[in-house]
Amino acid sequence: MSSIQSEVRDFVADNFLFGEDPESLNNNDSFLETGIIDSTGVLELVAFIEEKYSVEVDDDELVPENLDSIDQLINFIESKLKELA
Amino acid sequence: MCGIAGIIQSDRHPVNQAELQSMIDTLNHRGPDASGVTTRGSVGFAHSRLSIVDLAGGVQPMQSADGMLSITFNGEIYNHIELRAQLTSKGYQFQTHSDTEVILYMYAEYGPECVQQFNGQWAFAIHDQRQKQVFLSRDRMGIRPLVYTQTPSRFIFASEIKALFTLPDVERKTDLTALNQLFTFWSPLPPRTFFDNVLELPPAHSMIVKNGQLKIWQYWNLDYSPNEENRSLDDWADELRALLINATQLRLRADVPVGAYLSGGLDSSVTAAIIRNYTNAPLNTFSVVFNDQEYDESRYQQEMIQELGTEHQAVCCSYEDIGRVFPKMIQHTEKPVLRTAPAPMYLLSQLVHDNQFKVVMTGEGADEILGGYDLFKETKIRRFWSRQPDSKIRPLLLKRLYPYMKNLQAQSPAYLKAFFNIRPEELNNPFFSHLPRWELTSKLKTFFSDDVKQQLVNHNPLSEFSDQLPEQFSQWPSFCQAQYLETVNLMPGYILSSQGDRMAMGNSVEGRFPFLDYRVVEFAARIPIRFKMNGLNEKYLLKYAMRDLIPESIRKRPKQPYRAPEAHSFIDTKKQKARFEYVNQQLSPDKLKESGLFNPTAVQRLVKKIAEGRAIGTRDNMALVGILSTQLLVEQMINKQPVAAGNNDPGLAALLA
Repeated sequence: MSSIQSEVRDFVADNFLFGEDPESLNNNDSFLETGIIDSTGVLELVAFIEEKYSVEVDDDELVPENLDSIDQLINFIESKLKELA
Repeated sequence: MCGIAGIIQSDRHPVNQAELQSMIDTLNHRGPDASGVTTRGSVGFAHSRLSIVDLAGGVQPMQSADGMLSITFNGEIYNHIELRAQLTSKGYQFQTHSDTEVILYMYAEYGPECVQQFNGQWAFAIHDQRQKQVFLSRDRMGIRPLVYTQTPSRFIFASEIKALFTLPDVERKTDLTALNQLFTFWSPLPPRTFFDNVLELPPAHSMIVKNGQLKIWQYWNLDYSPNEENRSLDDWADELRALLINATQLRLRADVPVGAYLSGGLDSSVTAAIIRNYTNAPLNTFSVVFNDQEYDESRYQQEMIQELGTEHQAVCCSYEDIGRVFPKMIQHTEKPVLRTAPAPMYLLSQLVHDNQFKVVMTGEGADEILGGYDLFKETKIRRFWSRQPDSKIRPLLLKRLYPYMKNLQAQSPAYLKAFFNIRPEELNNPFFSHLPRWELTSKLKTFFSDDVKQQLVNHNPLSEFSDQLPEQFSQWPSFCQAQYLETVNLMPGYILSSQGDRMAMGNSVEGRFPFLDYRVVEFAARIPIRFKMNGLNEKYLLKYAMRDLIPESIRKRPKQPYRAPEAHSFIDTKKQKARFEYVNQQLSPDKLKESGLFNPTAVQRLVKKIAEGRAIGTRDNMALVGILSTQLLVEQMINKQPVAAGNNDPGLAALLA
């Protein structure tokens, strides 16, 4: 597992899964469809990305395409990091 | 206002007076002025009294002159003077000036249907020796509480569950179905309570206990069918105003001074303004103010105080105050809560009590009956949006709806759409209006222990509620369906109970609710929807009807739901630790395993998240309050262990490790 992947998975497990088994979440499961995230959760995700990876998330990037699964998050973070590089 | 209790032995054994005494002793807070116990063979009643009407003559339990009827009564019958005149003309003679005696003879004259003529709030039991039965009844809206249980040898009732639990044959056990309902609707569905085999008599129901058998029936129900479309706005406004003035005047019938709560919102402003302008009663008002500006409404309170020139007192509420009174508060609610909002109400009734007031008028009920809640607007917007599901603009109305929800304000249209997305099959769901709230609340069940989850696997709270809906429900307009659900569910189960009666009576204070006068309620059900909610302008008719009495700043201010600080009251995010030792204790893995209701690992994750300041959302805050209150309830009422709010203490470290 890449470090970003494990960091993201840990964050989601600690902050959104609570009583669910972290193993039960697949990397391509939709957070919205599985209901593990609410409107606040989106902002929590953004705060996590910004703090952990020192990137800035623009308002127009606040869309499910970037943030709605582990895979999408990893892609999004990687692309943000590339922008910085 | 008072506390009541009683025992009916179905085995015909005589009632033990000492047992009745032990029951009523637990209700001393409801009626500290006097208490009485009477037994007649296999039936015994007890009463603790808060003297409000006929201070000298209203002693209870009371008997009819012929000794054939006796009563224990909690509440007020506001139209007792008119009913007394009616009975006097039929030849009845009265020994006292109390409303209690009026109930006795109303029953003597009309039987159980007498309650149809009562305007008030009540829970009472009448022992009818001729019929060899006990008749119990509870008011239409569920303002006054009445719980009961049955054992193989007897039927036992009381104002509060703690009185039932003094008896050795009453089992103390959690009802998981009720827990599941509470973590969906915020309250168990009547007749369930949090405790197994302890039931409540639902609002607007009466009951006869005879030969060990119970007969329970609904004597009144809400009906939104007759929607009179042809009357003018002014016509509706005039009648609403006249009714509210009369309802308020009736509720000032007391032999002690009556105070008024003032929240800064429209409803309590209306009741206070009516007292000032249409009665001669002195006006003393009471408010909660918050240290945390996010919750504080003192600016609007000050405006009303100046407008009305009231004698005003306020109590300031901090995070610590909420955490400190919370264990005590749960002793009074007798059910878990998902919000801390009752705690400030407890501090407020203490303030009222300390100022020697026993009675307060409040604005409760206006939002339900006159269409005030944001949920009604949300429903309207979601319906409107569902007609153009691809609209990018319509969901933006949701942002306008919740100006105080910062998290929502930050959302992109794409996410708004995702969160409030309406599945086509939901459009015809009877619970359309409430699904977002109930689905959000149900998320908290992720914290249930595996064992509880397993036991609840085949339970469906929504279908349990669905079974209780009246036949006409499906005929009512969507807006009225939402109103109905609020009025029969959240209002009696939470607003009037956990946040209402229990918090007020915890400090020996009686609440009175002009908006819940049944004439106002029945009238409001007939008001055309466009006059309740005009566009997105809530309680439009009320604002219009009262426009000369209420300053524009209050009428036009954005509606702010009454809320109090949640997780931060228990866990200090600056210090990253619990403010009180009981919080550590009740959320410790040992205690969680002991109650068996919640998953310790999940709770540990939540506590860590909160302590580190990462829990900013409703769901996490509700989860903490729900879990902590459930744990406190089990500890205090099932394990019989007192919980005190000790000193702030380190020790969260252990939890975080």
